Amino acid sequence: MFDRLKGIIKKEFYHIFRDQRTLLILFGIPIVQIVLFGFAISNEIKNVKIAILDQSKDEHSTQIIDKVLSTSYFDLDSYLNSFEEIDDAFQKGRIKAALVFPPKFSETLQKESKADVQIISDATDPNTGTQIGNYLQMQVQQYLMEHEVTATSTLPPMLINTEVEMRYNPELKSVYMFVPGLITIILMLVCTMMTSIAITREKETGTMEVLLASPMHASIILLGKVIPYLLLSFVNASLIIALGKFIFEVPVMGSYALLIGEIILYCLVVLALGIFVSTIAETQQLALMISLFALFLPTMLLSGFIFPIENMPLPLQIVSKIVPATYFNIIIKSIMLKGATLSFILKETLILAGIFFFLMGVSIKRFKIRLE
Amino acid sequence: MNSEKIIETTKLTKAFGSFKAVNEITFDVKKGEIFGFLGANGAGKSTAMKMLTGLLSPTSGEATVAGFDVFTQQEKIKKNIGYMSQKFSLYDDLSLLENIKFFGGIYGLSKEQLNERGTAMIERLGLSDVSHKLLKEVPLGWKQKIAFSVATLHQPKIVFLDEPTGGVDPITRRQFWEMIYEAADNGTTVFVTTHYMDEAEYCNRISMMVDGRIAGYGSPKELKADFKSDNMDEVFVKIARGENYKIQ
Repeated sequence: MFDRLKGIIKKEFYHIFRDQRTLLILFGIPIVQIVLFGFAISNEIKNVKIAILDQSKDEHSTQIIDKVLSTSYFDLDSYLNSFEEIDDAFQKGRIKAALVFPPKFSETLQKESKADVQIISDATDPNTGTQIGNYLQMQVQQYLMEHEVTATSTLPPMLINTEVEMRYNPELKSVYMFVPGLITIILMLVCTMMTSIAITREKETGTMEVLLASPMHASIILLGKVIPYLLLSFVNASLIIALGKFIFEVPVMGSYALLIGEIILYCLVVLALGIFVSTIAETQQLALMISLFALFLPTMLLSGFIFPIENMPLPLQIVSKIVPATYFNIIIKSIMLKGATLSFILKETLILAGIFFFLMGVSIKRFKIRLE
Repeated sequence: MNSEKIIETTKLTKAFGSFKAVNEITFDVKKGEIFGFLGANGAGKSTAMKMLTGLLSPTSGEATVAGFDVFTQQEKIKKNIGYMSQKFSLYDDLSLLENIKFFGGIYGLSKEQLNERGTAMIERLGLSDVSHKLLKEVPLGWKQKIAFSVATLHQPKIVFLDEPTGGVDPITRRQFWEMIYEAADNGTTVFVTTHYMDEAEYCNRISMMVDGRIAGYGSPKELKADFKSDNMDEVFVKIARGENYKIQ
């Protein structure tokens, strides 16, 4: 029995390693995606070009400017002399934000213990625009704290100091989100798409019939076909975690054992999904279409990987509830970033296990009917 | 040829809903015989064959293959038969040797058996030079013979061939039938479906299916006499038109 299983697994590996397209999908896509997501797509505020219109050029304004420019968030594009120049700089795309000090800034501040600073932020990209604005504001406020601008004896009447801590991802790095998200997506791609294609290919070529006419039990045939993909998915997941850790410094706060266990559980779920697809599709092409459009896209868009589920309209929220990736996304983020233990993600784990048994049951039933 | 029956069916039926794809067929195949299973597309040949090979459970009737019951002993039947499907059913991206090892392996042959029989088979086919090449590089004419050899590697009692010569040139077909004769001479029973009426002449006995029933059954000689025809083509046409049901 075991020898036969080994035979099928070996044969499946021959198929995989002799087909360059398969290899490319298996290992090319994960690496390209993580590099793309990691380096190219970035929501971080770093080295943002700003222009400064300082109409006072006095003590406080220059000190605030020094403070702003001393951070790694902002780089000086130029000092400007008029408001017209600000428009010009925005339109030419030279700057993302401008900081404007009115005349007699220090004087006003000393006398009235309040003064205005204008922050203009490019909101063509609303998220980044808001973020840049907030960062600039934060710098100015910090300056006020540090220097206790209270030259006059009258203290500011009351001051509530809010301190925001960005927990689990203090630098707001987007790779923190992409690495766990990519694992979710890529395991889906490898397990569901590749297995459904591998099984339908044997149906198309007629070899499945020969296998089924052999003394081997159908479950051994299926097992032998999916085990290689399980192993490869595991290699893939490890690769992504390692790339994330060593290149992008995404930590794994929780236990590796738990992480591995959950990854295996998720792999089983998406493998079952792949088997399910192969019982519906008769051809490789159809299997590919179903995997891409019915499974891959919802996983990408509705699992909370890219868009937060809470902000979706209700029908889509309901759909997201049946996408297995939704639960795995929560699980893997909790383990990697928050260091969660099993008790925190028990609910999601149980739901995934439930989905697995459901899909497996349906698939085996359908697989048997297919034989009839 | 002895008269021991290796396949025997009595009113074997497969129904899909109200449609009877195979309707109460009764026939037998003797050990070492080449048995031709003929019929137009959709006549129920494949369904009948699937029941005999343990791929499909019959609805009613009785049948034994190699002494085992098709209802309850499908796994035992599978161990004793070889099966070659109408599509070329080996792996193109595996070499000849790897295919032999894989298919021999799933029938439970030991390493020694695989080496011994594999080498013998490759020599017999004269393919020693290409045994390490991927099958997609092997000429098409060879593939059918290789598939047949692989299907009989575990020395089954019966080998089922589902339209083995579809789309093959006449010379290769001729050579293929020589292999079938050789296997039969060695005591393997051959159960073969075909469209080619000239091939029907090569069989010891044949059955012809029309609409799920057996409409003609016997040796080619007997059938030609029964239907007053010169060749099997005529017999087939007459049977297909529904003339003179011999059985049932």
